Amino acid sequence: MSAPAKQEFKGSNEYVASQELLSAVNIAMTLEKPLLLKGEPGTGKTMLAQSVANSLGAKLYIWNIKSTTKAQDGLYVYDVVQRLYDSQFGGEGVDNIEKYVHLGQVGEAFESEDRCILLIDEIDKADLEFPNDLLWELDQMEFTIPQTGRTVKAKQRPVIIITSNAEKELPDAFLRRCIFHYIDFPEEDLMRRIIAVHYPKLEQRLLDQAIAAFYWVRSLPSIQKKPSTSELIDWIRALTYSGIPYDEIQRQIPFAGVLLKKNEDLDALEKAKERRARKF
Amino acid sequence: MFTGFFYYLRSCGLKVSLQEWLMLCEALDKGLAGASFLRFYQLCRAVLVKSEADYDKFDTAFVQYFQEIAKGSDEMPADLLKWLDSPGQTPNNYDEEIAQLNSLLTPEEIEQMLRERMQEQDSEHNGGSYWIGTGGMSTFGNAGNSPTGIRVGGKSMHHRALRVAGERKYRDFTKDRALDIRQFQLALRHLRQYSNRTDEEKTELNAEKTADATADNAGTLDLVYERPRRNTVKVVMMMDSGGSMEYYSKLCSTLFQAVSKSNRFKDLKIYYFHNCIYTHLYTTPSCSYAHSVPVDTVLRTLNRDYKLILVGDAEMAPYELLSDRYPSAGGVRGLDHLIHVRDHFSHCVWLNPSKGDDYWYIPESYTAIQKEFDMYYLTVENLTKAMKKLIAAR
Repeated sequence: MSAPAKQEFKGSNEYVASQELLSAVNIAMTLEKPLLLKGEPGTGKTMLAQSVANSLGAKLYIWNIKSTTKAQDGLYVYDVVQRLYDSQFGGEGVDNIEKYVHLGQVGEAFESEDRCILLIDEIDKADLEFPNDLLWELDQMEFTIPQTGRTVKAKQRPVIIITSNAEKELPDAFLRRCIFHYIDFPEEDLMRRIIAVHYPKLEQRLLDQAIAAFYWVRSLPSIQKKPSTSELIDWIRALTYSGIPYDEIQRQIPFAGVLLKKNEDLDALEKAKERRARKF
Repeated sequence: MFTGFFYYLRSCGLKVSLQEWLMLCEALDKGLAGASFLRFYQLCRAVLVKSEADYDKFDTAFVQYFQEIAKGSDEMPADLLKWLDSPGQTPNNYDEEIAQLNSLLTPEEIEQMLRERMQEQDSEHNGGSYWIGTGGMSTFGNAGNSPTGIRVGGKSMHHRALRVAGERKYRDFTKDRALDIRQFQLALRHLRQYSNRTDEEKTELNAEKTADATADNAGTLDLVYERPRRNTVKVVMMMDSGGSMEYYSKLCSTLFQAVSKSNRFKDLKIYYFHNCIYTHLYTTPSCSYAHSVPVDTVLRTLNRDYKLILVGDAEMAPYELLSDRYPSAGGVRGLDHLIHVRDHFSHCVWLNPSKGDDYWYIPESYTAIQKEFDMYYLTVENLTKAMKKLIAAR
């Protein structure tokens, strides 16, 4: 097998990644193993796949996992009912079982002529045994459709990116086959670069105040659901439109509802603000 | 090669398998680590470690094993490090302009510059803004004043270095492996009774019955659907909250997560009580009056076939359990309230996060409750036993 031209992912204009994440992506691509990404919600796990696809100019297949998703759904679906109906009313090509086998996202990715990206999003949403059911397919990059006897084999091994929100622990056998990376919550430096990508013309003082307030809110122990990057980005948008004096941002924390989504957390923030006001 | 590292990691409690080790060898063979020690570290971690909870363990083991090399991370020559670790002077040379320039650099650019500089540099530098040195404004070296940069040797003084291999960043994630939520979930799986007598829509095609029905229908297609088989077990969980239960909050929250996220039960109701059940149950763990429901109302809405799981440490003052004059008891002993709830359901277990023998005495309430309930000390193994008990025919 001739090795494909070596491609490297170096991040992109719209996605700022840490150096560790970039090297994890490249390790996974070179070893042709699935890359498993874990991390707090809102750290850009799903965005990464899009960005890798853009920068390699490859097609992206997204398989969103739900609690009812079965492993086979991603491979193929055999529409037996349609076939029965067609045979009843003499539709064309009923003999051709192939016509009633529809490939899922994994099947499509395997069939793709060029190397593509396959994103299996939020794998932990599915049943406990779900990852185990995919072991063979992801290892060998092939599966057989019993109805037609056809074997779908990857023409070019796709780059597989799997995300998990850590709702369920994944089985060991599955983990052994993956490259793992935990996306850290961005530290201030990285966060500034991320925001610069979204708002290139933001005023420095507003940014300083917003970031200070944001990390203060995150550091409060009483907050149950910590605000994430995407919430900070929305919040900064709200702040720029409101025209609130910059010095007030850190003290008042206006539009806290954008950052915090739970009532309990908003109450906790109010209490923390009172405590802080008393201190100074 | 360095097989010793493999066994060293395993002896440190990391579950590295042979498969992963071979994957690492393959990666090294493909030149993924380059000639860089940092990239080697990242490669090892990505391939060998599969949970952020193990990052800290791995970092410690890695640094210990490669101690000598780690000191000179990114192939730093030894004598260069020596004087970096002992700065000859501490100049006061903070320069706003250079600081601003440096803060614009990306980590990749800084690493590139470091590589170039290491080839150029041949002598000691302290306080400058270009070479690798101490106390300076350049982006490398240590104890410097540049807002961004890579620390080379020395101790972190201004906490601004972008990254240092071997810095134990993931300490927070270290957790007790015994409290594995997945193991709890697998134990909870024993709690199942499959049946297709549910009120769901009929969505599964029954091929055999379809063939029969079509034949009966003189060949005109007649599709027969059936209801999918589902777990019909209904569960009601009542948890002790607050007070002495705080010690076990982590264990209980693991159990709670495992139960509430398993979504395998036909129905799941969760109530809270404080120490002992009296006339009211609560719908939130804070047990405030605003969220209370009378026990009788709860029992009326739940029929006998719900499986009752009580979670509590069964530790309280004897007065709270055994006296009918306790203010919230409503004239009936706490224990009798508990028995009343227990008898409403056909199956009941009590899960106890406490062994009851952690102290120099066993609380009276513990013994009293243990007499009346099937009590299990909460471990993965016992949870499985308890679940089997809940499903067993009486």
